[in-house]
Amino acid sequence: MNVSLYVWQRATAVAMAPMIVVHVAVIFYATRHGITAADILARTRGSVGWGAFYAAFVLAVSIHAGIGIRTILDEWSPLDDRHAGIAAAVFGLALFGLGMRAIAAVVMP
Amino acid sequence: MIARTARRLDHRKDLLWLAALLHRLSGLGLAVFLPLHFLTLGLAIDGEARLEGFLRWSDAPAVKIGEGVLMFLLAVHALGGLRLLAVENLPWHDGQKRHAAMAAGVAAAVAVVFLAWLL
Repeated sequence: MNVSLYVWQRATAVAMAPMIVVHVAVIFYATRHGITAADILARTRGSVGWGAFYAAFVLAVSIHAGIGIRTILDEWSPLDDRHAGIAAAVFGLALFGLGMRAIAAVVMP
Repeated sequence: MIARTARRLDHRKDLLWLAALLHRLSGLGLAVFLPLHFLTLGLAIDGEARLEGFLRWSDAPAVKIGEGVLMFLLAVHALGGLRLLAVENLPWHDGQKRHAAMAAGVAAAVAVVFLAWLL
């Protein structure tokens, strides 16, 4: 892992620490206050604040997980560094795309 | 030869090595889970009924236990990551093994409380 990736990995970890606390609190709240699709979508649809929060979370987790996957591929797979980087970038971008699609699905009115 | 190999693998019995392994495996587990999580939420694009169908499937006790495991993975990865950030950025101090064990213990407690909350 080069210095730039190291800094991104740590910076996204720091950014996500409070987000994880909020996310876990949301999970605890949601499981006690209606876990039907109608309940969930009633709370999320049209919510710009939650949309922005989870967009930032998805961006951070996509970068963080992509770099982590690259490190694992580098150390535990036969891929060379270049191919590990390509595979990790594809994973990170796919994760970001799926995450933003999920946010759109539950936030867009 | 066998004794030499055993000595070479001795570090794998160290608690901090196990903590690093747990951090990596929990991250890998979350990386496998996240695309599925996003795909599930994306079901709402096709209408409320598809998401509702999945949510009712997730009422099964085995799925709830799986959710408890995921909560453990999230908590242990987050707490292990905070420990790592502290090791890298704060002055060194003794007690690293205790902190690693505490991270795993607190994560297990969070998962158990979550399971009790769900069931």
